[in-house]
Amino acid sequence: MALPTRRIPFLRNLNAKIAAIPMVLVASVVFVGGTLWTVVHSFTDSRLLPSTNFIGVEQYERLFDTPRWQVSVTNLAIYGSTSLVFSFTIGFLLAALLDQKIRFENTFRTIFLYPFALSFIVTGLVWQWILDPALGLPNVVRDLGFEGFDLALLGNPDTVLFALVVAGLWQGTGFVMVLMLAGLRGIDDEIWKAARVDGIPAWKTYLFVVIPMMRGVFITTLVIVASGIVKLYDLVVAMTQGGPGFASEVPAKYVFDFMFQRANLGQGLAASTVMLLTVLIILVPWALLMFRERKG
Amino acid sequence: MTTSLTATPAAVDGPRGRKPRRRFTPATIMLYGVLIVAAVYYLLPLYVMVVTSLKGMPEIRMGNIFAPPVDITFQPWVTAWDSACTGLTCEGIKVGFWNSVKITVPGVLVSIAMASVSGYALANWRFRGSEFFFTCLLFGAFIPYQVLLYPLVILLRELGIFSTLTGVVVVHTIFGMPILTLLFRNYFASLPLEIFKAARVDGAGFWQIFLQVYLPMSIPIFVVGVILQVTGIWNDFLLGVVFAGNQNYPMTVQLNNVVNAVQGVKEYNVNMAATLLTAMVPLIVYFVSGRLFVRGIAAGAVKG
Repeated sequence: MALPTRRIPFLRNLNAKIAAIPMVLVASVVFVGGTLWTVVHSFTDSRLLPSTNFIGVEQYERLFDTPRWQVSVTNLAIYGSTSLVFSFTIGFLLAALLDQKIRFENTFRTIFLYPFALSFIVTGLVWQWILDPALGLPNVVRDLGFEGFDLALLGNPDTVLFALVVAGLWQGTGFVMVLMLAGLRGIDDEIWKAARVDGIPAWKTYLFVVIPMMRGVFITTLVIVASGIVKLYDLVVAMTQGGPGFASEVPAKYVFDFMFQRANLGQGLAASTVMLLTVLIILVPWALLMFRERKG
Repeated sequence: MTTSLTATPAAVDGPRGRKPRRRFTPATIMLYGVLIVAAVYYLLPLYVMVVTSLKGMPEIRMGNIFAPPVDITFQPWVTAWDSACTGLTCEGIKVGFWNSVKITVPGVLVSIAMASVSGYALANWRFRGSEFFFTCLLFGAFIPYQVLLYPLVILLRELGIFSTLTGVVVVHTIFGMPILTLLFRNYFASLPLEIFKAARVDGAGFWQIFLQVYLPMSIPIFVVGVILQVTGIWNDFLLGVVFAGNQNYPMTVQLNNVVNAVQGVKEYNVNMAATLLTAMVPLIVYFVSGRLFVRGIAAGAVKG
């Protein structure tokens, strides 16, 4: 390094700064700039093309008055809460079972996790076929002798969400299991020995000692899984296309349809801003918590 | 003699007494029972895909979805690859396969190259504001894609690369950046600083240290990054639909068009063969990489 350049602070480590330009551009222009652009333009009357004619919160009023959006939000809430409860319960149970020093642990783990490597499109299409009312699982049950059995999960507006949950759980539980297993392995063996000496049954040790100790793992997993659920889109497109009727519409699909198919950009932007707010509500408390734990 | 001396304490401290008999207690039977039931549930869809793709349509209409094929036929696979209809054309899923290859290969290379250099700069060459930008970048990992879709459409249109392969590769690089940069930054930060200092003393600069010192000792983390990106980009649907343009639609989009086509008779065997063909690449990556895949998703999980 030539000596004179050291005097100018901006030119110090110039190569490093040049190398970091893409990262800086992505962070500032795309992530921060793009988010601001979307939020600002959600207050305009943009139709086919973005406009700068501001109309206040009108887009949001119209959004929350639209039945399709109301259904989408309700659906996401039902899908989200159901799949969170089940994926955490099943994921933790599987992890606890795998943690019993069993044989073939790797084989079982590989089997439980492989759906996570598949896309939501593949997941949705397979389950669409398995749940096919005429030729799929319902048909097999009928053949077993339950004549009147009509499990048309996908064709019934009341049950279509649970078909999505079943498919989503198949794809994502393995991921929860892996994170939980990592958390369980992080628990000191001494804890287990102490519990055993005190004669505490294993399930009580899990419930009152181990799970509280794994608080951090649970919260992190919750944040990741929950912010993934908000984005739910591909699975719905592949499995139900939002149907029957609007029965399985979700917010992400509402945004896409209004932005790219109905030429109603303002609505799409307002809806996506609401999605962003939802993610922030999940994220900010967690970020503050992590920050405080690191400080103290 | 010394070797036998060091060996004896281990033998003395080792297990003593009779070897305990392995017994099938009710608890272990329950344990394995539950695990096996769960494994069957997870494997069932894969099994159904394979079986269905090997049957003829008459057999599918007559029979049971779980029954193994009586007359094994590979015709559905040929049709799915070569002549299934995706919207307007009937050239099979192979078009989408090659599009996905054309998106995934440069997408993986560019995003890994950019993110590894950024991670290295953030770990070893901090400058004023670098942590601030890194925080913004991590924030980007959580922003729903829907929020950034339209700004990116405008950006790519201005650059003249909207609806092109270049465009979709750029978008994948952007969205892959937060996780990958974090992955590489944490890895490089975990390397002993003495190595870095020694190289500095020897007069190596920014690029020299990266290419000649760090790169050779970081192969595993690069493999993890490649696994993460190959599966991520291959499985993407939304970004492909928006940014790739009709003629470049990736395999997931073409697959969805094949299966969810409104017109024509549904050929379930062809559909399942096409689905399996699309699932093949990530499945191979998963089964070959094994532990590294787990490491990749665990690395993605410790954001913040």
